Amino acid sequence: MNIGESIRIAFRGLSANKMRSLLTMLGIVIGVAAVIALVSIGEGVQSFVASSFQGLGSNLLFVMPGNLSMRQAMSGSGVAFLTMADVAALEDERRAPDVGLIAPESSGTKSVTYGGEKILITIKGVTPEYTIVRNFHPQIGAFFGEAEVKSRARVAVLGQDVVEELFPAGTYPIGETIKIDGTPFRVIGVMEKKGGTGFGSQDEVVFVPITTAQARLFPERSLRGEPVVSLISVKTVSESSIAAASAQITRALRQTHRLAASDEDDFSVINQTDVVNIAGQITGILTIFLGAIAGISLLVGGIGIMNIMLVSVTERTREIGIRKAVGAKRRDILVQFLIEAMVLSTIGGLIGIALGALGSRAISQLMEDMTTVVSVQAVLMAVGFSAAVGLFFGIYPAMRAARLHPIEALRYE
Amino acid sequence: MSEPVIAIENITKVYRLGEVEVHALRGVSLLVHEGEIMSIMGPSGSGKSTMLNMIGCLDRPTSGRYFLAGVDVGHLNDNQLAHIRNKRIGFVFQTFNLLPRTTALQNVELPLIYAGVKGSERKKRARAALEAVGLGDRLNHRPNELSGGERQRVAIARALVADPTIILADEPTGNLDSKSGAEVMAILQRLNRERGITVVFVTHDPEIAAHTQRIVRLHDGLIVGDEPVLKPKLAGIEG
Ligand SMILES: Nc1ncnc2c1ncn2[C@@H]1O[C@H](COP(=O)(O)OP(=O)(O)OP(=O)(O)O)[C@@H](O)[C@H]1O
Ligand SMILES: [Mg+2]
Repeated sequence: MNIGESIRIAFRGLSANKMRSLLTMLGIVIGVAAVIALVSIGEGVQSFVASSFQGLGSNLLFVMPGNLSMRQAMSGSGVAFLTMADVAALEDERRAPDVGLIAPESSGTKSVTYGGEKILITIKGVTPEYTIVRNFHPQIGAFFGEAEVKSRARVAVLGQDVVEELFPAGTYPIGETIKIDGTPFRVIGVMEKKGGTGFGSQDEVVFVPITTAQARLFPERSLRGEPVVSLISVKTVSESSIAAASAQITRALRQTHRLAASDEDDFSVINQTDVVNIAGQITGILTIFLGAIAGISLLVGGIGIMNIMLVSVTERTREIGIRKAVGAKRRDILVQFLIEAMVLSTIGGLIGIALGALGSRAISQLMEDMTTVVSVQAVLMAVGFSAAVGLFFGIYPAMRAARLHPIEALRYE
Repeated sequence: MSEPVIAIENITKVYRLGEVEVHALRGVSLLVHEGEIMSIMGPSGSGKSTMLNMIGCLDRPTSGRYFLAGVDVGHLNDNQLAHIRNKRIGFVFQTFNLLPRTTALQNVELPLIYAGVKGSERKKRARAALEAVGLGDRLNHRPNELSGGERQRVAIARALVADPTIILADEPTGNLDSKSGAEVMAILQRLNRERGITVVFVTHDPEIAAHTQRIVRLHDGLIVGDEPVLKPKLAGIEG
């Protein structure tokens, strides 16, 4: 008997009990849908993170408050801040010779109003160097310069999405006055479209001079009264000086923070590869987690299939007897029930692929900047996996069926 | 006379139910020649079905030897027995034993599927077999859409579709009224006459047995009589 015949018989057997077949598939459906969604989202996140950081240039370092690796930002004497004093230390040619340009930022979320419109948005207080260090420039108007920073000017440069959200369509934003946290700011520029980076969409940001931000919007001060900065971006003099610059920054900041030799750093210096690695670690954890769910679901689905196949073998004992009486060999019966189990699990797998693909579509639609792709490998893997589950969990029931004695099977009531 | 197609030598069958041993057959010997049509009679529990299952290679004897067309069946493995059932033997059961939810045509095709006959050829032969039992117009009926007599005729079509040497029928008319029973008898007689198929009946009904050439009587697992029927009746009505 050939395989095509077995598949036809299997379909006939399964369609005789449609509801039961469907419920039996459910475990496989969920498992495979989880695998498909997870793989496509994982790949989406990874390519998203990679593309976000590629534009930045590889001679970039980020200095952040708190020790990322030790998770002990709260230890020691109170909260560790980065301050303008740290920025000054890094600007010192003698202490950090491999540090090129420095772009500190003081940021937070504030309400921004224009006309009747009010939105909550990230405000970044920065210096003009920011545009060079982050390779991010205004499209219309201009960025503010040293003069505005010195004078704490109330000027703002908007990200593209902010313009869309805040102003009625067709309004020319330059020269308009917006209110940030109640304080009026004059719009002098609009940034080019950038899309997301590892730190959220760059198009949903309002830039103001760092001095203005610290004076009017973010009143936090360190214990010694220094204005607080949330992030320092550093461009090193060359790509090869990343390691040296990183060491110099660490030494300088340990001094300004007056850390004893035994103290851990209360700040972190990370480079692009670190960021990509961290993102990779996070998606890795996510992958393992979802993978475990998918695995358990496939296992449960497989057990469900085994259970139903055992029931089916018992129910169809007479049928097996009839088939044996007219000449079916053990192998014929074994193959028939195995194929039935595999058809069950593979159809479940196909439904799961469809659902998983829909799920990943939905997610890529929710998160604008992320495109998830259901890869051919993932689909093939899922089909293969679900067929294998059917094979594995179908073997025992199929062997039971194949071993039945023809007369006893025919006598079965 | 021709070669014996069935040669049974001193066969016994013992069923073991826990401590108890049931001796269903206590040593029977029998020769059946090609082209014979005969019946096995005896009271309930005398071992008729057990013997027929043995002849049909559905079961193995506890001891004794069985030659089917000269081949010692005792030495064959399960697959080889399945092959013999498929090629040489057709079964007709009292309870029809058709696959439910499956059309007459598909039921009749079943032995050919296991014989590896391809699709169109298989359909052609199954249709021919159904036409031979007068059911050419019932091809796509399912068993629950057929009368008892029609179901048994589907079963006969299934038994003859693979061109067997022997048809074994275990009380084939037991569940039928006298008219359908006569139809079934007539078909089997005709298959015996026209195609030379050896037919072995198991029956309680002397009227059925009177239609065969020879009656073997079983009692308590032993053969107690074996006589020819002097003038076998011909089943009258045939559609
Ligand atoms: N699977 C079995 N296990 C135990 N005993 C069995 C089994 N099959 C048959 N027997 C016993 O073997 C004996 C012969 O049974 P068999 O079915 O051959 O009788 P029979 O002549 O066909 O009877 P009937 O006319 O009622 O069909 C009976 O006593 C029966 O109880
Ligand atoms: Mg019986």
